[in-house]
Amino acid sequence: MALDSRVPSGPIEQAWDRARFEMKLVNPANKRKYNVIVVGSGLAGGSAAATLGELGYNVKCFCFQDSPRRAHSIAAQGGINAAKNYQNDGDSIYRLFYDTVKGGDFRSREANVYRLAQISVHIIDQCVAQGVPFAREYGGFLANRSFGGAQVSRTFYARGQTGQQLLLGAYQALEAQVDAGRVKMFPRTEMLDLVVIDGRARGIVSRSLVTGKIETHVADAVILATGGYGNVFYLSTNAKGSNCTAIWRAHRRGAAFANPCFTQIHPTCIPVSGEYQSKLTLMSESLRNDGRIWVPRDPGDKRSPSQIPENERDYYLERRYPSFGNLVPRDVASRAAKAVCDEGRGVGETGLGVYLDFGDAIKRLGRHVIEERYGNLFEMYERITGDNPYVTPMRIFPAIHYTMGGLWVDYQLMSTIPGLFVLGEANFSDHGANRLGASALMQGLSDGYFVIPYTLGNYLASNKLDKVDAASPGFQAVTTDVEDRLKRLLSVRGKRTVASFHRELGRIMWDYCGMSRNAEGLEHAIGAIRNLREEYWRNVNVPGSEGDLNQQLESAGRVADFLELGELMCIDALHRNESCGGHFREEFQTEDGEALRDDAHYQYVAAWEYKGPNTSPELHREPLEFNYVHPAQRSYK
Amino acid sequence: MNLILHVWRQKNASEKGRMERYEANDVNPDMSFLEMMDVVNENLITQGSEPIAFEHDCREGICGSCGFMINGIAHGPQRGTTVCQLHMRHFKDGDELYLEPWRARAFPVIKDLVVDRGAFDRIISAGGYITAHTGSAPDANALPVPKTDADRAMDAAACIGCGACVAACPNASAALFTGAKISHLGLLPQGQPERSRRALAMVAQYNRELFGSCTNIGECEAVCPKEIRIEVISRMNRDYLKAAWKDRSALRDDQAETEPKAGGRR
Ligand SMILES: Cc1cc2nc3c(=O)[nH]c(=O)nc-3n(C[C@H](O)[C@H](O)[C@H](O)COP(=O)(O)OP(=O)(O)OC[C@H]3O[C@@H](n4cnc5c(N)ncnc54)[C@H](O)[C@@H]3O)c2cc1C
Ligand code: FES
Repeated sequence: MALDSRVPSGPIEQAWDRARFEMKLVNPANKRKYNVIVVGSGLAGGSAAATLGELGYNVKCFCFQDSPRRAHSIAAQGGINAAKNYQNDGDSIYRLFYDTVKGGDFRSREANVYRLAQISVHIIDQCVAQGVPFAREYGGFLANRSFGGAQVSRTFYARGQTGQQLLLGAYQALEAQVDAGRVKMFPRTEMLDLVVIDGRARGIVSRSLVTGKIETHVADAVILATGGYGNVFYLSTNAKGSNCTAIWRAHRRGAAFANPCFTQIHPTCIPVSGEYQSKLTLMSESLRNDGRIWVPRDPGDKRSPSQIPENERDYYLERRYPSFGNLVPRDVASRAAKAVCDEGRGVGETGLGVYLDFGDAIKRLGRHVIEERYGNLFEMYERITGDNPYVTPMRIFPAIHYTMGGLWVDYQLMSTIPGLFVLGEANFSDHGANRLGASALMQGLSDGYFVIPYTLGNYLASNKLDKVDAASPGFQAVTTDVEDRLKRLLSVRGKRTVASFHRELGRIMWDYCGMSRNAEGLEHAIGAIRNLREEYWRNVNVPGSEGDLNQQLESAGRVADFLELGELMCIDALHRNESCGGHFREEFQTEDGEALRDDAHYQYVAAWEYKGPNTSPELHREPLEFNYVHPAQRSYK
Repeated sequence: MNLILHVWRQKNASEKGRMERYEANDVNPDMSFLEMMDVVNENLITQGSEPIAFEHDCREGICGSCGFMINGIAHGPQRGTTVCQLHMRHFKDGDELYLEPWRARAFPVIKDLVVDRGAFDRIISAGGYITAHTGSAPDANALPVPKTDADRAMDAAACIGCGACVAACPNASAALFTGAKISHLGLLPQGQPERSRRALAMVAQYNRELFGSCTNIGECEAVCPKEIRIEVISRMNRDYLKAAWKDRSALRDDQAETEPKAGGRR
């Protein structure tokens, strides 16, 4: 397997222009002759399907929810970045590029990030034209806020529902194309495998989640925009249905998986309350703009927060990072919270929590200002916990939130399987080892609206594809695989529920491949996951049949894939003998406990090739070069 | 606390359904309603029965997947709250709860508490958008939008498409849903060029689906988890009438379909 990033040569500022000029174009009259599959209807898939439909391609779009409008992107709260510099506060394309490369701890590809920053400005234009009701100033112009520790205000938002509004914009554009007959939508349909013929992606095998019918879909190219795999941890901020099946199946068919261990832990989530917990709820990061984070100075202090006097509180972020304080990046804030809890200073019943206190902000600004800024978040917090955060400080704890790793793609967003493109959170491309707040929405829409329409055309125009149809042996073989696997899952009839396996996997991942990792723990986890997987196929209990709506069967297939991906994540984390971004190896830290990168040995993308069940994957390295932003240790002191 | 649940069980669209009784024991008040259901389901599976099918995804009150009737109220007793955000501390020991799917002809039952809401997508598809081909947009600040208009558009755009409004309406009308989208886009300057066409096309599609007509009862507003205001319906009616007046041929074409018809309740 060779990794050719296809990054254009020459100055980075002109790379995308040059690449676009060099790309081949599909004759407009011929576009409708091409069949394109888009799996996923989130920001990345929805915007891609809509735009490709507009251009005249024949598109089929798939999602597992009952409507494309419900893709997990809908849940994003905080906002979307763009280098508009409307606030005149020193932002520029170059600064957004710089911040993203640095924030990613020098593990992303410079050219991709530069393109992302360039395209960011067009995204906002596009969304406003579609009717996305972004927040505005009284003069009628767009409002911005600073987000996730950025020193400039470049984040656009629609109350606490930015993802919802951006997704509805893409969804409406998609539905317009459905009406025009250029996109056919397949809701409640899950892709269960990829079909590769003569080395090229030529279609998928899907299952109707209502009737159980297995179908094949033939295409000239397949685009996966199926989101992240954070649910490998069972508890995460992701929607319950978010899963890795599409990318994992593609990986098994030859797509390299890049940096699987790079996961992001979000510092401000509502802590776990009990065994039955089914997911974790994010409290927007914007809360850190006004809330102060603290724990009791002394371990084991169980007094209620109001009884702990000022001098017995430890505002540990302000203490350790005087210049960024409560606004340090996500990975730094999360690790610091874990550290104080490990010292026995965590709060709440479980001891796994820290306070996020608005007392000072309310005193300084008045309750009404806080209410205006965060009213809906406070309400949500109270709904879930029963506590009133205007009176009692919030309790928060880090939770799995985002996966920077994903299928490896080149500059054209094509995976190592020709004809298979990967967009949005499902690919690995732009965020390195740590993603900055409000940058995922930007990347999803950049990939879908502005990159894939060019690169897909280039692929189709430069390759002559043989005719294949559903009767081709390639399709038949994959269909049989899919059917056999479903039958196997249903025939085990063991003693444990799917969820109990998923929970156990999640605990292994969180304990050994979570916020901090070490070699011994990772080795242990690899063994534990193998054992759990072996037990799964012997002892899982999947009730019902395959011929109708069977939610247990759906989740059984997804958990089976998580049980394989989890192992690869640990293998990747174990091989990377350095700490960078969200990947913190305890053996590799500076004297004061900060991440210690090893650029001499690990300044590369780790792309893993699948070598068969129970066989070690093969590592391929894509070296990273930094010609513009020079690697330095991140410091937020 | 211990609860008794009576749950609608229906194998698929063609088979008849019935209420079944289940016990939910040792319910923790900090659980969400769906977490309580998860525990019930885990027990059912362990006992060799089929779990109750219900729809959910984000569990944060934003995707609009979840929703069923709890004792006759869409999304249950807490105002402005989806069932996934409803917590068990609002119930008490010994409560008996009746859980049923949305009941509307336009929303056929697929299984247990899961219904088909595809009609909503078709209404949007008919005209619930602004045509702005990718790449054609001017600078985002080229056209200022008064803050109050943007805020009101956002109020309407907050709709999550869950279908509670239809389920609560005695006529099973989708006026709140359709009105919300027409208002969202119609309040913005970008939405003006297609405003008439949008109102005509969306209302026509609404009428083709099996929803009933709005008779201003207001139940929809009372159950809407996003507290969308009933004003959006007046706005829809205004836009529709204005558009139809401008384009009388369209009114004639649509008349057959806007005639009063049998209610949409199943
Ligand atoms: C709570 C929360 C808040 C966030 N807030 C922000 C924020 O403020 N700013 C920001 O930039 N980012 C934020 N993020 C991150 C961001 O929302 C996501 O990274 C992004 O929306 C992912 O978009 P996507 O299009 O790649 O995937 P998704 O939106 O996850 O879409 C995946 C799609 O793939 C489909 N799918 C998956 N598997 C299959 C299959 N096998 N077959 C068929 N269909 C399939 C699904 O149905 C869905 O349509 C947040 C994330 C969370 C969890
Ligand atoms: S599950 Fe998403 S709104 Fe309830």
